[in-house]
Amino acid sequence: MPKLAGAQILWECLVREGVEVVFGYPGGAILPSYDAMLQYPIHHVLVRHEQGASHMADGYARASGRVGVCVSTSGPGATNMLTGLATALMDSIPVVAITGQVGTKVIGSDAFQETDVTGVSLPVTKHNYLVTDVHELPHIIREAFHIARSGRPGPVLIDIPKDVQLATMEFEYPTAPLHLPNERLLQRYAPMEYFERAAQLIAQAERPLILAGHGITLSGAEQEVLEFAEKHNIPVTLTLLGIGSFPAEHPLCLGMMGMHGGVCANEAIQNADLLLAMGMRFDDRVTGNLKTYSPYSKKIHFEIDPSEINKNVKVDVPLLGDLKASLQKLAPLVAPKRHDAWLAHLKNELEQNPMRDVLDWESADGLMSEHVVHDIWTATQGEAIVVTDVGQHQMWEAQYYLHNKPRTLITSGGLGTMGFALPAAIGAKLACPDKEVWVIAGDGGFQMTLYEMATIVQEKLKINIAILNNGYLGMVRQWQEFFYDARYAATPILSPEFTKLAEAYGIPGYLVEQRADVMSVLEEVRSSSGPALIEFRVKMEDAVYPMVPAGANLQDMIKREKAAQPL
Amino acid sequence: MKHTLVALVQDKPGVLNRVASLFRRRAFNIESLAVGHTDQAHISRMTIVIDSDNTNAHLVEANLAKLVNVLDVQDVTNMDTIFRDLALVKVRADAAARAEIAQLADIFRAKIVDVASDSVIVEVTGDEDKIEGLVELLRPKGILEMVRTGRIAMVRGNQSADRKNGNGKYNGNGHVTHDVGVSSV
Ligand SMILES: Cc1ncc(C[n+]2csc(CCOP(=O)(O)OP(=O)(O)O)c2C)c(N)n1
Ligand SMILES: [Mg+2]
Repeated sequence: MPKLAGAQILWECLVREGVEVVFGYPGGAILPSYDAMLQYPIHHVLVRHEQGASHMADGYARASGRVGVCVSTSGPGATNMLTGLATALMDSIPVVAITGQVGTKVIGSDAFQETDVTGVSLPVTKHNYLVTDVHELPHIIREAFHIARSGRPGPVLIDIPKDVQLATMEFEYPTAPLHLPNERLLQRYAPMEYFERAAQLIAQAERPLILAGHGITLSGAEQEVLEFAEKHNIPVTLTLLGIGSFPAEHPLCLGMMGMHGGVCANEAIQNADLLLAMGMRFDDRVTGNLKTYSPYSKKIHFEIDPSEINKNVKVDVPLLGDLKASLQKLAPLVAPKRHDAWLAHLKNELEQNPMRDVLDWESADGLMSEHVVHDIWTATQGEAIVVTDVGQHQMWEAQYYLHNKPRTLITSGGLGTMGFALPAAIGAKLACPDKEVWVIAGDGGFQMTLYEMATIVQEKLKINIAILNNGYLGMVRQWQEFFYDARYAATPILSPEFTKLAEAYGIPGYLVEQRADVMSVLEEVRSSSGPALIEFRVKMEDAVYPMVPAGANLQDMIKREKAAQPL
Repeated sequence: MKHTLVALVQDKPGVLNRVASLFRRRAFNIESLAVGHTDQAHISRMTIVIDSDNTNAHLVEANLAKLVNVLDVQDVTNMDTIFRDLALVKVRADAAARAEIAQLADIFRAKIVDVASDSVIVEVTGDEDKIEGLVELLRPKGILEMVRTGRIAMVRGNQSADRKNGNGKYNGNGHVTHDVGVSSV
């Protein structure tokens, strides 16, 4: 048996987990591992800030379904990654973060670059480890990957002190079956009676509705959901992270629900007599006021995480377990059914209240963000991976770019992390090099992580960047307009000349101010072989409609006409 | 209403911190938490008491089950369970008062475990009501100091909360304790 150092064992184990690329930044406490890395067939992407490393690992995981890996040194390197881990935890993304730590002998002594990383990362990881003995390392790495991707996925952090990286052992890769201490507690499934109850409710329902969430893609159940919806003629509305799990252009699809969801989708929720919640967790952004939420419906909750059941909304039938398996069990128990009246009613609603309501507007006062997103959709034939930042542009993307395929919208939902888009897009591009990748970011969020443009250039990645520059922290400005008498405290934001900045990084920059120029620039950028940045100077005070104010009843949406009146 | 959960956890550094951090993060209100060894090496047992009027016991149980280091968790509230709490109460007592305190202790099957010139320490075991009963009677005498362990619990007979298989190894066969609809494999 070969005697290997902890630093080598780390890479041996990562290679065996199928890791091909890691995102990281070196430093003193992780140096032994960086030195050992050179012997292994793993591509290291040097980031410009460790927050970027954790977002890239996240974007890689979202685009591919595989575990994303990020690496940093101790102390500041590790704390810089925390935002990315919190983002991944909220959206159930499998990530493994490796951090160097000061030597075990000096842990607790406030040594140089020492931070209690397992302590500070505890609430933003699914699990974490401090490795105190090199002999534990192989097992811990295997367990960490298993935890990251199993059940409800999430980020796992492994903190490895420098002396553990240097210590040696006779290395043999563990092959015994993996058993987590709590695994029996998590292997709980809904009993058959629950499926029978669910089948009964479905048979009785006149106005059923599927709430499609991120869990569909995490479970790989897109086909099962599609078949189920089609067989029973049940309309589907999506959460933000559910976008792509059901084809946007399918006749049963009502589009996005919630705060900036469609009128038709939200009204369908409020009028339904049966909700089939699939891999979604009744987040406050989709329910609005819980007291008035979907008052006439029975609720069936397909959910893998028992702690989500009855957390926000009390349900009638919880179907605990993996969604795909649950649908396979349920399908044979239910006979096909039509809901002609319900579907006709919804079709009419959708026609009366189209989600994309400004498509044919001639905007007099400047380029509209909605039109830019629409044109990107048209130019890319709806086939690109779009990575958004957080704000108004994010909601317009969700409304105006129709995603028919899973893993094509990558966006920070649960945490709403500004600065996510650019690094996450780098991860997505490395995961899917043959796919067209677009960043859609606001002028505010882009400035939070724009230095990762250097990473794009160093990695020679073809990523297209669209900045919707409205001169504001637009989403916050919108809240100020609606709820704070238009007092714009700290929301007007100055930007550098993005095109020049891009050029300084070696990325061609384009400025577009008129609708007439959008398509030709998009085509030019798409046909070039390298990355490009387009700054779109858009209308400054546009607002995202419709809007359910935080905590309001889901049916009480502010619609475009209404909002023109003073509130 | 009070709910009592029994959890078996790995006896490893940081595990108590994980449990405490979970309670804090989820704003779970815990009335008491008692931790100690079990008959098995490397396994500790926690008894957790929750006021379920302000904290959903099912969510506490389900979240505990998600901690990797938790081997088992069970809500024993509605099971036939023995609850115990232990208190040490130091009471002001000169020579003249000792006899009366000894008598009180006797009634509660408590013990006097230390006698000093101006105080005694009373040790009492039982459910919370019994301990509170004795404490109220001792209060007028002048309580100088008191410590309680918090509730510990054990289910009677073979409905054991310590779910083991034949070879005495933990197997945690996923007991159904709530109406979330679970059955184990
Ligand atoms: C890191 C972080 N800080 C603050 C916020 C709060 N926030 C949400 S949207 C938003 C404005 C985003 O502005 P911009 O990036 O220009 O996008 P726009 O809304 O204008 O499209 C802010 C500040 C956040 N989500 N994330
Ligand atoms: Mg903006």
